[in-house]
Amino acid sequence: MHIAEGFLPPFWAIFWWLTSLPFIIYGVWKTGKIFKKHPEYKLTLAVSGAFIFVLSSLKLPSVTGSSSHPTGTGLAAVLFGPGVTALLSFIVLIFQALLLAHGGITTLGADVFSMGIVGPFTAYLLFRALRALKASLNISVFIAAVISDWITYVVTSLQLALAYPAANGILGSFTIFLGVFAIAQIPLAVAEGILIVIFFDYLKKSRPKLAAKLLGKLK
Amino acid sequence: MKDYIKYGLGILVVVAIFAFSLLFNRDAAFTGTDDAGKNAILGINPDYRVWFQPLWKPKPETESMLFALQAAIGAFVIGYFIGFDRGSKKNLKKERRKKQIIN
Repeated sequence: MHIAEGFLPPFWAIFWWLTSLPFIIYGVWKTGKIFKKHPEYKLTLAVSGAFIFVLSSLKLPSVTGSSSHPTGTGLAAVLFGPGVTALLSFIVLIFQALLLAHGGITTLGADVFSMGIVGPFTAYLLFRALRALKASLNISVFIAAVISDWITYVVTSLQLALAYPAANGILGSFTIFLGVFAIAQIPLAVAEGILIVIFFDYLKKSRPKLAAKLLGKLK
Repeated sequence: MKDYIKYGLGILVVVAIFAFSLLFNRDAAFTGTDDAGKNAILGINPDYRVWFQPLWKPKPETESMLFALQAAIGAFVIGYFIGFDRGSKKNLKKERRKKQIIN
């Protein structure tokens, strides 16, 4: 999902930066609030950020013969909401852009938007909807994490399609980019979902009070 | 079923997913989708000029080291968390036992 440095025209680079910035600022405010009101959540918040760190650093092979990154954003999104996850993703992506030349400063806004905003928002809403439909906690977390990972790459495809319409229009290039990103991502998304459920299940059992509080707090 | 067996089976499924991917196409290059995305862009618009270069680009070896570093930072925090939990549980038990002796 990293769009390489310089690979978005200036208009789109600025457009996505401006779109993402309010979410990142909201994330800073929200994280500060959580730290102040509930210092006992600090370690759990750090560990959901660590999940993004580990998972997004892994380049994994896919059935399509290419390799790609998981995102790891599902856990933070379900536990702390999309605002906090936007900030955590921003930190991970800036680390990768500056130190690893993965993604870039000009494309950071677009990358934060796909991985840190649309993915986590989808996870959060799906989780809430599934819980309202009385799906079990683990199943809700699993589906939220899988879709959060996968939709990230759909958004990247859309961002590239908007910037580079093919001869047959935006839809034409959207299909091309989906072919690159979305199919390769399916097995990775499922694997990510399994890992997140395992950790979530552990968290739920080792800190039942905290987990119940965190999940009940979500409005 | 015990939890650790369930977790172990889950991790086995994850490993199987990637093992299958590797065995399914042995001759594939497994280039990153990020690079494939770059090529797709240039396929659609061959005249596109990259207008901004990365400020710094690590050598391939350094790059894998830094990726490993990123994973290590995350794994360290996760390990700390699990260790912290185990430690506090043990302490709790000890204290309960002490109280029982006193009472």
